Amino acid sequence: MNEFSLWTVFTLVVGLVAILAFIAGNAMALVWMERKVAGFIQRRPGPNQLGPAGVLQSVADAVKLLFKQILKPSNADSIIFFLAPILSFFPVALLFMPLPFSPFFTAYSPNLGLLLILAFSGINVLAVLLAGWSSNNKYSLYGAARGVSQSVAYEIPLLLAVLAIAFQHGTLNLSEIVEQQGGWPWQWNVFTQPLAFLIYFISIFGETNRSPFDLPEAESELTAGFHTEYSGMGFALFFLAEYANMVLVCCVATALFLGGWKGPFLDGFWWFLAKAYGLLFIMMWVRWTYPRARFDMLLNLNWKWLLPLGALNLLATAFVMKLF
Amino acid sequence: MERLIKQGIDLIKGIWSLGVGLAVTAWYLVNRKITVQYPKQVVPREASESFRGPIELVGQPKDPATPKCISCMMCVSACPSGCISITKQKPPKLSPEEEKAFAEAEARGEKPKRPVAPRNPATWRYNYTYCSLCACCIEACPVNSIKFSNELYLAGTSRGDFHYDLLARLKRKAAEAKAAEDAKASETKDSGSADAAAQPGSPNISQAVPEKADEASSASGQAKSEAAL
Ligand code: SF4
Ligand code: SF4
Repeated sequence: MNEFSLWTVFTLVVGLVAILAFIAGNAMALVWMERKVAGFIQRRPGPNQLGPAGVLQSVADAVKLLFKQILKPSNADSIIFFLAPILSFFPVALLFMPLPFSPFFTAYSPNLGLLLILAFSGINVLAVLLAGWSSNNKYSLYGAARGVSQSVAYEIPLLLAVLAIAFQHGTLNLSEIVEQQGGWPWQWNVFTQPLAFLIYFISIFGETNRSPFDLPEAESELTAGFHTEYSGMGFALFFLAEYANMVLVCCVATALFLGGWKGPFLDGFWWFLAKAYGLLFIMMWVRWTYPRARFDMLLNLNWKWLLPLGALNLLATAFVMKLF
Repeated sequence: MERLIKQGIDLIKGIWSLGVGLAVTAWYLVNRKITVQYPKQVVPREASESFRGPIELVGQPKDPATPKCISCMMCVSACPSGCISITKQKPPKLSPEEEKAFAEAEARGEKPKRPVAPRNPATWRYNYTYCSLCACCIEACPVNSIKFSNELYLAGTSRGDFHYDLLARLKRKAAEAKAAEDAKASETKDSGSADAAAQPGSPNISQAVPEKADEASSASGQAKSEAAL
Protein backbone atom coordinates (compact mmCIF):
# COMPACT_ATOMS: atom_id res chain seq x y z
CA MET A 1 0.00 0.00 0.00
CA ASN A 2 1.31 3.38 -0.95
CA GLU A 3 1.99 5.81 1.85
CA PHE A 4 0.32 9.12 1.12
CA SER A 5 3.38 11.28 1.44
CA LEU A 6 4.97 14.20 -0.37
CA TRP A 7 6.82 11.73 -2.51
CA THR A 8 3.56 10.19 -3.69
CA VAL A 9 2.21 13.62 -4.56
CA PHE A 10 5.38 14.41 -6.44
CA THR A 11 5.29 11.22 -8.49
CA LEU A 12 1.62 11.78 -9.17
CA VAL A 13 2.20 15.27 -10.55
CA VAL A 14 5.19 14.25 -12.61
CA GLY A 15 3.33 11.21 -13.84
CA LEU A 16 0.29 13.24 -14.79
CA VAL A 17 2.34 15.75 -16.77
CA ALA A 18 4.24 12.98 -18.49
CA ILE A 19 0.97 11.22 -19.28
CA LEU A 20 -0.56 14.34 -20.81
CA ALA A 21 2.51 14.75 -22.99
CA PHE A 22 2.36 11.07 -23.84
CA ILE A 23 -1.31 11.34 -24.83
CA ALA A 24 -0.78 14.36 -27.04
CA GLY A 25 2.31 12.90 -28.68
CA ASN A 26 0.62 9.58 -29.16
CA ALA A 27 -2.46 11.13 -30.69
CA MET A 28 -0.33 12.86 -33.30
CA ALA A 29 1.69 9.77 -34.01
CA LEU A 30 -1.46 7.69 -34.25
CA VAL A 31 -3.22 10.08 -36.59
CA TRP A 32 -0.23 9.93 -38.87
CA MET A 33 -0.03 6.16 -38.56
CA GLU A 34 -3.73 5.78 -39.18
CA ARG A 35 -3.59 7.83 -42.34
CA LYS A 36 -0.54 5.98 -43.54
CA VAL A 37 -2.12 2.59 -42.88
CA ALA A 38 -5.35 3.72 -44.54
CA GLY A 39 -3.40 4.96 -47.52
CA PHE A 40 -1.32 1.85 -47.90
CA ILE A 41 -4.32 -0.41 -47.60
CA GLN A 42 -6.03 1.61 -50.31
CA ARG A 43 -2.86 1.37 -52.41
CA ARG A 44 -1.96 5.04 -52.20
CA PRO A 45 0.94 6.60 -50.29
CA GLY A 46 -1.02 8.52 -47.63
CA PRO A 47 0.29 11.88 -46.38
CA ASN A 48 3.69 12.39 -47.97
CA GLN A 49 4.19 16.12 -48.43
CA LEU A 50 5.02 17.63 -45.06
CA GLY A 51 8.28 16.34 -43.64
CA PRO A 52 9.79 12.95 -44.41
CA ALA A 53 6.93 10.58 -45.28
CA GLY A 54 4.47 13.22 -44.14
CA VAL A 55 5.23 12.92 -40.42
CA LEU A 56 4.58 16.61 -39.85
CA GLN A 57 1.10 16.40 -41.31
CA SER A 58 -0.52 15.85 -37.93
CA VAL A 59 1.34 18.84 -36.51
CA ALA A 60 -0.16 20.95 -39.27
CA ASP A 61 -3.57 19.47 -38.50
CA ALA A 62 -3.19 20.28 -34.83
CA VAL A 63 -2.23 23.87 -35.61
CA LYS A 64 -5.19 24.19 -37.93
CA LEU A 65 -7.54 22.93 -35.23
CA LEU A 66 -6.07 25.35 -32.70
CA PHE A 67 -6.78 28.31 -34.94
CA LYS A 68 -10.26 27.35 -35.93
CA GLN A 69 -13.17 29.29 -34.56
CA ILE A 70 -15.28 27.50 -32.00
CA LEU A 71 -18.89 27.70 -33.06
CA LYS A 72 -21.97 26.91 -31.09
CA PRO A 73 -25.43 26.30 -32.56
CA SER A 74 -27.74 29.09 -31.45
CA ASN A 75 -30.13 26.77 -29.61
CA ALA A 76 -27.49 24.62 -27.99
CA ASP A 77 -27.21 24.40 -24.24
CA SER A 78 -24.02 26.42 -23.75
CA ILE A 79 -22.74 25.05 -20.46
CA ILE A 80 -23.26 21.40 -21.30
CA PHE A 81 -22.12 21.93 -24.87
CA PHE A 82 -18.73 23.15 -23.72
CA LEU A 83 -18.55 20.83 -20.76
CA ALA A 84 -18.90 17.70 -22.87
CA PRO A 85 -15.55 17.75 -24.71
CA ILE A 86 -13.73 18.57 -21.48
CA LEU A 87 -15.53 15.76 -19.71
CA SER A 88 -14.60 13.40 -22.48
CA PHE A 89 -10.90 14.23 -22.34
CA PHE A 90 -10.10 14.66 -18.66
CA PRO A 91 -10.79 11.21 -17.29
CA VAL A 92 -8.44 9.85 -19.92
CA ALA A 93 -5.46 11.42 -18.22
CA LEU A 94 -6.48 9.74 -14.99
CA LEU A 95 -6.93 6.41 -16.71
CA PHE A 96 -3.30 6.25 -17.72
CA MET A 97 -2.08 6.58 -14.13
CA PRO A 98 -2.21 2.93 -13.08
CA LEU A 99 -0.71 1.62 -16.32
CA PRO A 100 2.60 -0.16 -15.67
CA PHE A 101 4.73 0.95 -18.60
CA SER A 102 7.69 -0.53 -16.75
CA PRO A 103 8.47 -1.15 -13.06
CA PHE A 104 9.82 2.38 -12.94
CA PHE A 105 7.43 4.14 -15.30
CA THR A 106 4.25 3.66 -13.33
CA ALA A 107 2.68 6.89 -12.20
CA TYR A 108 0.52 5.36 -9.51
CA SER A 109 0.07 1.73 -8.66
CA PRO A 110 -3.03 1.28 -6.53
CA ASN A 111 -4.38 -2.07 -5.48
CA LEU A 112 -7.52 -1.46 -7.44
CA GLY A 113 -5.90 -0.13 -10.62
CA LEU A 114 -8.04 -2.18 -12.93
CA LEU A 115 -11.20 -1.09 -11.18
CA LEU A 116 -10.14 2.53 -11.50
CA ILE A 117 -9.75 2.16 -15.23
CA LEU A 118 -13.04 0.37 -15.68
CA ALA A 119 -14.89 2.87 -13.53
CA PHE A 120 -13.56 6.04 -15.08
CA SER A 121 -13.71 4.86 -18.67
CA GLY A 122 -17.49 4.97 -18.23
CA ILE A 123 -17.37 8.78 -18.01
CA ASN A 124 -16.66 8.96 -21.72
CA VAL A 125 -20.15 7.65 -22.37
CA LEU A 126 -21.57 10.49 -20.35
CA ALA A 127 -19.57 12.97 -22.40
CA VAL A 128 -20.92 11.50 -25.62
CA LEU A 129 -24.45 11.69 -24.30
CA LEU A 130 -24.07 15.28 -23.14
CA ALA A 131 -22.48 16.33 -26.42
CA GLY A 132 -25.25 14.77 -28.45
CA TRP A 133 -28.00 16.09 -26.24
CA SER A 134 -26.77 19.65 -25.89
CA SER A 135 -26.00 20.14 -29.58
CA ASN A 136 -29.70 20.36 -30.39
CA ASN A 137 -29.13 18.49 -33.62
CA LYS A 138 -30.84 15.29 -34.65
CA TYR A 139 -27.66 13.69 -35.97
CA SER A 140 -25.88 14.38 -32.72
CA LEU A 141 -28.74 12.99 -30.72
CA TYR A 142 -28.89 9.81 -32.75
CA GLY A 143 -25.14 9.43 -32.49
CA ALA A 144 -25.27 9.91 -28.74
CA ALA A 145 -28.11 7.43 -28.30
CA ARG A 146 -26.22 4.86 -30.31
CA GLY A 147 -23.00 5.60 -28.47
CA VAL A 148 -24.60 5.07 -25.09
CA SER A 149 -26.38 1.83 -25.91
CA GLN A 150 -23.27 0.49 -27.62
CA SER A 151 -20.81 1.46 -24.91
CA VAL A 152 -23.02 0.18 -22.15
CA ALA A 153 -23.54 -3.10 -23.97
CA TYR A 154 -19.89 -3.70 -24.76
CA GLU A 155 -18.74 -2.79 -21.30
CA ILE A 156 -20.19 -6.02 -19.96
CA PRO A 157 -18.26 -8.59 -22.02
CA LEU A 158 -15.20 -6.40 -21.58
CA LEU A 159 -15.64 -6.57 -17.84
CA LEU A 160 -16.19 -10.32 -17.92
CA ALA A 161 -12.97 -10.81 -19.87
CA VAL A 162 -11.01 -8.61 -17.52
CA LEU A 163 -12.55 -10.32 -14.51
CA ALA A 164 -11.39 -13.69 -15.76
CA ILE A 165 -7.83 -12.40 -15.68
CA ALA A 166 -8.36 -10.89 -12.25
CA PHE A 167 -9.69 -14.27 -11.02
CA GLN A 168 -6.69 -16.02 -12.42
CA HIS A 169 -4.20 -13.73 -10.75
CA GLY A 170 -6.15 -12.91 -7.65
CA THR A 171 -5.43 -9.21 -7.91
CA LEU A 172 -6.71 -6.02 -9.53
CA ASN A 173 -3.29 -4.42 -9.52
CA LEU A 174 -2.00 -4.19 -13.07
CA SER A 175 1.65 -4.17 -12.01
CA GLU A 176 1.15 -7.42 -10.14
CA ILE A 177 -0.65 -9.02 -13.03
CA VAL A 178 2.29 -8.19 -15.27
CA GLU A 179 4.65 -9.39 -12.59
CA GLN A 180 2.98 -12.79 -12.55
CA GLN A 181 3.36 -13.28 -16.29
CA GLY A 182 6.59 -14.35 -17.90
CA GLY A 183 8.64 -12.87 -20.69
CA TRP A 184 8.04 -15.46 -23.36
CA PRO A 185 4.81 -15.47 -25.37
CA TRP A 186 3.66 -18.82 -23.94
CA GLN A 187 3.87 -17.39 -20.45
CA TRP A 188 1.44 -14.62 -21.30
CA ASN A 189 -2.21 -14.62 -20.36
CA VAL A 190 -3.25 -14.61 -23.98
CA PHE A 191 -2.07 -18.20 -23.96
CA THR A 192 -4.04 -19.31 -20.91
CA GLN A 193 -7.06 -17.13 -21.69
CA PRO A 194 -7.37 -16.90 -25.47
CA LEU A 195 -11.16 -16.58 -25.36
CA ALA A 196 -10.98 -13.74 -22.86
CA PHE A 197 -8.48 -11.98 -25.08
CA LEU A 198 -10.69 -12.38 -28.13
CA ILE A 199 -13.74 -11.08 -26.26
CA TYR A 200 -11.73 -8.19 -24.88
CA PHE A 201 -10.34 -7.30 -28.28
CA ILE A 202 -13.73 -7.34 -29.98
CA SER A 203 -15.30 -5.36 -27.15
CA ILE A 204 -12.74 -2.58 -27.33
CA PHE A 205 -13.85 -1.80 -30.87
CA GLY A 206 -17.31 -1.20 -29.48
CA GLU A 207 -15.99 0.70 -26.48
CA THR A 208 -13.82 3.07 -28.46
CA ASN A 209 -16.37 3.56 -31.24
CA ARG A 210 -13.95 2.31 -33.83
CA SER A 211 -14.96 0.94 -37.17
CA PRO A 212 -16.55 -1.59 -37.79
CA PHE A 213 -18.48 -0.47 -34.70
CA ASP A 214 -18.25 3.28 -35.28
CA LEU A 215 -21.99 3.81 -35.30
CA PRO A 216 -22.02 6.83 -32.96
CA GLU A 217 -20.20 8.84 -35.60
CA ALA A 218 -21.18 6.93 -38.73
CA GLU A 219 -20.29 9.64 -41.23
CA SER A 220 -22.35 8.25 -44.07
CA GLU A 221 -25.51 8.31 -42.00
CA LEU A 222 -25.04 10.87 -39.24
CA THR A 223 -22.58 13.42 -40.69
CA ALA A 224 -20.27 13.05 -37.70
CA GLY A 225 -22.61 11.68 -35.06
CA PHE A 226 -22.35 13.14 -31.60
CA HIS A 227 -19.64 15.67 -32.51
CA THR A 228 -21.36 17.03 -35.62
CA GLU A 229 -21.67 20.52 -34.13
CA TYR A 230 -18.20 20.76 -32.66
CA SER A 231 -15.45 22.71 -34.37
CA GLY A 232 -11.94 23.75 -33.48
CA MET A 233 -10.74 22.69 -30.07
CA GLY A 234 -14.08 21.19 -29.07
CA PHE A 235 -13.69 18.69 -31.84
CA ALA A 236 -9.99 18.34 -31.13
CA LEU A 237 -10.69 17.30 -27.54
CA PHE A 238 -13.10 14.59 -28.67
CA PHE A 239 -10.58 13.48 -31.21
CA LEU A 240 -7.79 13.43 -28.67
CA ALA A 241 -9.97 11.50 -26.24
CA GLU A 242 -10.83 8.96 -28.92
CA TYR A 243 -7.21 8.28 -29.73
CA ALA A 244 -6.21 8.35 -26.08
CA ASN A 245 -8.90 5.78 -25.38
CA MET A 246 -7.58 3.62 -28.16
CA VAL A 247 -4.11 3.77 -26.68
CA LEU A 248 -5.52 3.09 -23.25
CA VAL A 249 -7.45 -0.04 -24.17
CA CYS A 250 -4.47 -1.37 -26.08
CA CYS A 251 -2.17 -0.65 -23.13
CA VAL A 252 -4.54 -2.42 -20.76
CA ALA A 253 -4.68 -5.36 -23.16
CA THR A 254 -0.89 -5.39 -23.21
CA ALA A 255 -0.70 -5.47 -19.44
CA LEU A 256 -3.47 -8.01 -19.00
CA PHE A 257 -2.82 -10.41 -21.83
CA LEU A 258 0.55 -9.80 -23.43
CA GLY A 259 2.95 -9.72 -20.52
CA GLY A 260 3.23 -5.94 -20.26
CA TRP A 261 6.77 -4.67 -20.16
CA LYS A 262 8.25 -8.15 -20.09
CA GLY A 263 9.88 -9.59 -23.15
CA PRO A 264 12.13 -12.49 -24.05
CA PHE A 265 15.13 -10.30 -23.24
CA LEU A 266 15.83 -6.82 -21.90
CA ASP A 267 12.58 -6.09 -20.05
CA GLY A 268 11.46 -2.49 -20.21
CA PHE A 269 8.88 -0.02 -21.41
CA TRP A 270 9.91 -0.57 -25.05
CA TRP A 271 8.26 -3.96 -24.93
CA PHE A 272 5.14 -2.41 -23.53
CA LEU A 273 5.01 0.24 -26.22
CA ALA A 274 5.84 -2.19 -28.99
CA LYS A 275 3.05 -4.54 -27.96
CA ALA A 276 0.55 -1.72 -27.51
CA TYR A 277 1.42 -0.30 -30.91
CA GLY A 278 1.10 -3.73 -32.45
CA LEU A 279 -2.44 -3.92 -31.13
CA LEU A 280 -3.15 -0.41 -32.34
CA PHE A 281 -1.96 -1.38 -35.76
CA ILE A 282 -4.34 -4.32 -35.77
CA MET A 283 -7.17 -1.97 -34.79
CA MET A 284 -6.36 0.23 -37.77
CA TRP A 285 -6.00 -2.73 -40.06
CA VAL A 286 -9.44 -3.93 -39.01
CA ARG A 287 -10.90 -0.48 -39.43
CA TRP A 288 -9.80 -0.20 -43.03
CA THR A 289 -10.86 -3.72 -43.86
CA TYR A 290 -14.42 -4.16 -42.64
CA PRO A 291 -17.53 -2.17 -43.44
CA ARG A 292 -19.59 -0.72 -40.64
CA ALA A 293 -21.83 -3.22 -38.89
CA ARG A 294 -25.55 -2.56 -38.78
CA PHE A 295 -26.82 -1.62 -35.36
CA ASP A 296 -28.84 -4.77 -34.75
CA MET A 297 -25.85 -6.89 -35.81
CA LEU A 298 -23.69 -4.96 -33.41
CA LEU A 299 -25.97 -5.58 -30.47
CA ASN A 300 -26.70 -9.17 -31.49
CA LEU A 301 -23.02 -9.94 -31.56
CA ASN A 302 -22.70 -8.51 -28.10
CA TRP A 303 -25.74 -9.96 -26.35
CA LYS A 304 -25.90 -13.29 -28.15
CA TRP A 305 -22.23 -14.16 -28.49
CA LEU A 306 -19.80 -12.15 -26.45
CA LEU A 307 -21.84 -11.98 -23.29
CA PRO A 308 -22.64 -15.73 -22.96
CA LEU A 309 -19.11 -16.66 -24.02
CA GLY A 310 -17.64 -14.22 -21.55
CA ALA A 311 -19.83 -15.56 -18.74
CA LEU A 312 -18.91 -19.15 -19.60
CA ASN A 313 -15.26 -18.26 -19.73
CA LEU A 314 -15.49 -16.58 -16.35
CA LEU A 315 -17.25 -19.59 -14.85
CA ALA A 316 -14.68 -21.96 -16.27
CA THR A 317 -11.87 -19.81 -14.93
CA ALA A 318 -13.43 -19.68 -11.50
CA PHE A 319 -13.92 -23.44 -11.56
CA VAL A 320 -10.36 -24.16 -12.60
CA MET A 321 -8.95 -21.69 -10.06
CA LYS A 322 -10.97 -23.30 -7.28
CA LEU A 323 -9.95 -26.78 -8.36
CA PHE A 324 -6.20 -26.30 -8.59
CA MET B 1 -30.09 -30.07 -34.32
CA GLU B 2 -29.78 -29.57 -38.04
CA ARG B 3 -30.33 -25.89 -37.55
CA LEU B 4 -27.56 -25.78 -34.99
CA ILE B 5 -25.12 -27.48 -37.35
CA LYS B 6 -26.07 -25.06 -40.09
CA GLN B 7 -25.53 -22.14 -37.76
CA GLY B 8 -22.20 -23.54 -36.74
CA ILE B 9 -21.10 -23.87 -40.34
CA ASP B 10 -22.29 -20.33 -41.03
CA LEU B 11 -20.31 -19.10 -38.07
CA ILE B 12 -17.14 -20.78 -39.22
CA LYS B 13 -17.63 -19.48 -42.74
CA GLY B 14 -18.20 -16.01 -41.38
CA ILE B 15 -15.05 -16.06 -39.30
CA TRP B 16 -13.11 -17.42 -42.27
CA SER B 17 -14.38 -14.57 -44.44
CA LEU B 18 -13.14 -12.08 -41.85
CA GLY B 19 -9.70 -13.62 -42.15
CA VAL B 20 -9.85 -13.46 -45.93
CA GLY B 21 -10.72 -9.77 -45.73
CA LEU B 22 -7.76 -9.07 -43.49
CA ALA B 23 -5.48 -11.01 -45.82
CA VAL B 24 -6.62 -8.93 -48.79
CA THR B 25 -5.94 -5.63 -47.06
CA ALA B 26 -2.63 -6.92 -45.69
CA TRP B 27 -1.60 -7.81 -49.23
CA TYR B 28 -2.50 -4.31 -50.40
CA LEU B 29 -0.67 -2.83 -47.44
CA VAL B 30 2.66 -4.24 -48.52
CA ASN B 31 2.01 -4.11 -52.22
CA ARG B 32 2.98 -1.52 -54.81
CA LYS B 33 1.10 1.76 -54.63
CA ILE B 34 -0.89 2.48 -57.76
CA THR B 35 -1.91 6.12 -57.51
CA VAL B 36 -0.17 8.81 -59.50
CA GLN B 37 1.23 11.75 -57.53
CA TYR B 38 0.04 14.51 -59.76
CA PRO B 39 2.40 17.44 -59.86
CA LYS B 40 5.42 15.13 -59.89
CA GLN B 41 4.00 12.43 -62.10
CA VAL B 42 1.29 12.36 -64.74
CA VAL B 43 -0.63 9.43 -66.09
CA PRO B 44 0.72 7.99 -69.31
CA ARG B 45 -0.73 9.33 -72.52
CA GLU B 46 -2.53 6.07 -73.33
CA ALA B 47 -4.45 6.27 -70.06
CA SER B 48 -5.90 9.68 -70.88
CA GLU B 49 -6.81 8.78 -74.46
CA SER B 50 -10.34 7.81 -73.54
CA PHE B 51 -10.77 10.84 -71.30
CA ARG B 52 -13.47 13.25 -72.43
CA GLY B 53 -12.09 16.66 -71.61
CA PRO B 54 -13.18 20.08 -72.87
CA ILE B 55 -14.21 20.12 -76.52
CA GLU B 56 -11.90 21.23 -79.28
CA LEU B 57 -12.13 21.84 -83.01
CA VAL B 58 -11.12 19.41 -85.71
CA GLY B 59 -8.94 20.75 -88.47
CA GLN B 60 -9.44 20.22 -92.18
CA PRO B 61 -7.56 17.26 -93.62
CA LYS B 62 -5.53 19.42 -95.95
CA ASP B 63 -5.21 22.43 -93.69
CA PRO B 64 -5.09 21.36 -90.05
CA ALA B 65 -4.88 24.95 -88.83
CA THR B 66 -8.36 25.76 -90.18
CA PRO B 67 -11.37 24.01 -88.66
CA LYS B 68 -13.85 22.05 -90.70
CA CYS B 69 -16.49 24.24 -89.16
CA ILE B 70 -18.89 25.93 -91.63
CA SER B 71 -20.35 28.38 -89.09
CA CYS B 72 -23.78 26.81 -89.27
CA MET B 73 -24.47 27.57 -85.62
CA MET B 74 -26.02 24.20 -84.96
CA CYS B 75 -23.75 23.62 -82.01
CA VAL B 76 -24.60 27.01 -80.53
CA SER B 77 -28.29 26.20 -80.49
CA ALA B 78 -27.73 22.60 -79.44
CA CYS B 79 -25.67 23.43 -76.38
CA PRO B 80 -27.94 23.32 -73.34
CA SER B 81 -25.61 25.50 -71.32
CA GLY B 82 -24.88 28.19 -73.87
CA CYS B 83 -21.14 27.59 -73.77
CA ILE B 84 -20.40 28.22 -77.40
CA SER B 85 -20.33 31.56 -79.13
CA ILE B 86 -19.38 31.82 -82.78
CA THR B 87 -19.21 34.79 -85.10
CA LYS B 88 -19.36 34.36 -88.84
CA GLN B 89 -16.93 36.01 -91.16
CA LYS B 90 -18.14 39.05 -93.12
CA PRO B 91 -17.99 39.09 -96.91
CA PRO B 92 -14.87 40.87 -98.14
CA LYS B 93 -15.32 44.61 -98.30
CA LEU B 94 -15.59 45.93 -101.81
CA SER B 95 -13.77 48.99 -102.94
CA PRO B 96 -16.00 51.85 -104.20
CA GLU B 97 -15.11 51.08 -107.84
CA GLU B 98 -16.03 47.44 -107.50
CA GLU B 99 -19.20 48.41 -105.71
CA LYS B 100 -20.03 50.70 -108.58
CA ALA B 101 -19.28 48.02 -111.14
CA PHE B 102 -21.59 45.59 -109.40
CA ALA B 103 -24.33 48.18 -109.15
CA GLU B 104 -24.03 48.92 -112.83
CA ALA B 105 -24.11 45.29 -113.76
CA GLU B 106 -27.23 44.80 -111.65
CA ALA B 107 -28.81 47.84 -113.27
CA ARG B 108 -28.21 46.20 -116.61
CA GLY B 109 -30.24 43.27 -115.48
CA GLU B 110 -27.30 40.89 -115.08
CA LYS B 111 -26.76 38.81 -112.00
CA PRO B 112 -23.13 39.29 -111.10
CA LYS B 113 -21.62 37.07 -108.45
CA ARG B 114 -20.92 39.18 -105.44
CA PRO B 115 -18.11 37.73 -103.33
CA VAL B 116 -19.59 35.71 -100.45
CA ALA B 117 -18.29 35.43 -96.91
CA PRO B 118 -15.90 32.55 -96.25
CA ARG B 119 -17.65 29.74 -94.42
CA ASN B 120 -15.07 29.45 -91.70
CA PRO B 121 -15.93 31.15 -88.43
CA ALA B 122 -14.29 34.39 -87.47
CA THR B 123 -14.25 33.55 -83.78
CA TRP B 124 -15.09 30.34 -81.98
CA ARG B 125 -15.28 30.82 -78.27
CA TYR B 126 -16.02 28.17 -75.73
CA ASN B 127 -16.80 28.70 -72.07
CA TYR B 128 -15.69 25.54 -70.33
CA THR B 129 -16.92 26.70 -66.92
CA TYR B 130 -20.54 26.00 -67.94
CA CYS B 131 -19.90 22.97 -70.11
CA SER B 132 -21.41 19.73 -68.89
CA LEU B 133 -19.49 17.65 -71.44
CA CYS B 134 -22.81 16.34 -72.74
CA ALA B 135 -21.66 15.99 -76.35
CA CYS B 136 -24.79 17.65 -77.73
CA CYS B 137 -22.64 20.00 -79.76
CA ILE B 138 -20.62 17.13 -81.15
CA GLU B 139 -23.72 15.30 -82.28
CA ALA B 140 -25.25 18.44 -83.74
CA CYS B 141 -22.28 19.37 -85.87
CA PRO B 142 -22.99 18.40 -89.50
CA VAL B 143 -19.35 18.29 -90.51
CA ASN B 144 -17.83 16.65 -87.42
CA SER B 145 -15.84 19.70 -86.56
CA ILE B 146 -16.00 19.24 -82.78
CA LYS B 147 -14.55 16.50 -80.64
CA PHE B 148 -13.61 15.97 -77.05
CA SER B 149 -10.00 16.70 -76.27
CA ASN B 150 -8.26 14.53 -73.73
CA GLU B 151 -6.81 17.23 -71.54
CA LEU B 152 -6.60 15.64 -68.11
CA TYR B 153 -4.71 18.23 -66.18
CA LEU B 154 -6.54 21.51 -66.30
CA ALA B 155 -5.73 24.10 -63.74
CA GLY B 156 -6.28 27.81 -63.69
CA THR B 157 -6.05 30.69 -61.28
CA SER B 158 -9.14 32.53 -62.50
CA ARG B 159 -12.41 31.79 -64.19
CA GLY B 160 -11.16 33.47 -67.32
CA ASP B 161 -8.62 30.69 -67.79
CA PHE B 162 -11.43 28.44 -68.90
CA HIS B 163 -12.85 30.69 -71.58
CA TYR B 164 -11.15 29.18 -74.55
CA ASP B 165 -10.53 30.54 -77.99
CA LEU B 166 -10.64 27.27 -79.85
CA LEU B 167 -9.51 28.72 -83.18
CA ALA B 168 -6.27 29.88 -81.63
CA ARG B 169 -5.92 26.51 -79.92
CA LEU B 170 -6.35 24.68 -83.21
CA LYS B 171 -3.75 26.88 -84.88
CA ARG B 172 -1.29 26.29 -82.07
CA LYS B 173 -1.86 22.57 -82.07
CA ALA B 174 -1.37 22.40 -85.81
CA ALA B 175 1.87 24.32 -85.52
CA GLU B 176 3.03 22.02 -82.74
CA ALA B 177 2.12 18.98 -84.79
CA LYS B 178 4.04 20.32 -87.72
CA ALA B 179 7.09 21.04 -85.60
CA ALA B 180 6.91 17.58 -84.10
CA GLU B 181 6.51 16.05 -87.52
CA ASP B 182 9.57 17.89 -88.80
CA ALA B 183 11.60 16.89 -85.79
CA LYS B 184 10.56 13.30 -86.20
CA ALA B 185 11.27 13.26 -89.88
CA SER B 186 14.75 14.55 -89.29
CA GLU B 187 15.33 12.03 -86.50
CA THR B 188 14.21 8.74 -87.94
CA LYS B 189 12.11 7.73 -90.86
CA ASP B 190 9.90 5.08 -89.35
CA SER B 191 9.25 6.17 -85.77
CA GLY B 192 6.06 7.97 -86.80
CA SER B 193 4.38 4.83 -88.08
CA ALA B 194 3.97 3.49 -84.57
CA ASP B 195 2.03 6.57 -83.52
CA ALA B 196 -0.21 6.36 -86.53
CA ALA B 197 -0.91 2.74 -85.73
CA ALA B 198 -1.83 3.66 -82.17
CA GLN B 199 -5.26 4.88 -83.28
CA PRO B 200 -6.62 2.61 -85.93
CA GLY B 201 -10.18 3.28 -84.80
CA SER B 202 -9.94 6.95 -85.62
CA PRO B 203 -13.10 7.67 -87.57
CA ASN B 204 -11.71 10.63 -89.36
CA ILE B 205 -8.38 10.61 -91.05
CA SER B 206 -8.11 14.35 -90.50
CA GLN B 207 -7.86 13.78 -86.78
CA ALA B 208 -4.58 12.06 -87.14
CA VAL B 209 -2.64 15.26 -87.40
CA PRO B 210 -3.89 17.05 -84.28
CA GLU B 211 -3.83 13.80 -82.36
CA LYS B 212 -0.23 13.35 -83.14
CA ALA B 213 0.38 16.74 -81.65
CA ASP B 214 -1.22 15.47 -78.47
CA GLU B 215 1.12 12.58 -78.33
CA ALA B 216 4.16 14.58 -79.12
CA SER B 217 3.58 17.28 -76.55
CA SER B 218 5.06 16.16 -73.29
CA ALA B 219 3.47 16.76 -69.91
CA SER B 220 5.35 20.00 -69.49
CA GLY B 221 4.46 21.06 -72.98
CA GLN B 222 0.87 20.38 -72.11
CA ALA B 223 1.07 22.50 -69.00
CA LYS B 224 2.58 25.27 -71.08
CA SER B 225 -0.15 25.08 -73.66
CA GLU B 226 -2.69 25.21 -70.87
CA ALA B 227 -1.19 28.43 -69.63
CA ALA B 228 -1.32 29.79 -73.13
CA LEU B 229 -5.02 29.08 -73.32
S1 SF4 C 1 -20.49 19.37 -74.53
FE1 SF4 C 1 -22.60 20.01 -74.13
S2 SF4 C 1 -22.39 21.66 -72.63
FE2 SF4 C 1 -20.36 21.37 -73.54
S3 SF4 C 1 -20.27 22.80 -75.21
FE3 SF4 C 1 -21.01 20.88 -76.08
S4 SF4 C 1 -23.24 21.01 -76.02
FE4 SF4 C 1 -22.43 22.63 -74.66
S1 SF4 D 1 -22.17 22.81 -85.60
FE1 SF4 D 1 -20.12 22.35 -86.39
S2 SF4 D 1 -20.08 23.40 -88.36
FE2 SF4 D 1 -21.82 24.24 -87.25
S3 SF4 D 1 -20.99 26.05 -86.24
FE3 SF4 D 1 -20.78 24.37 -84.78
S4 SF4 D 1 -18.75 23.58 -85.15
FE4 SF4 D 1 -19.23 24.83 -86.90
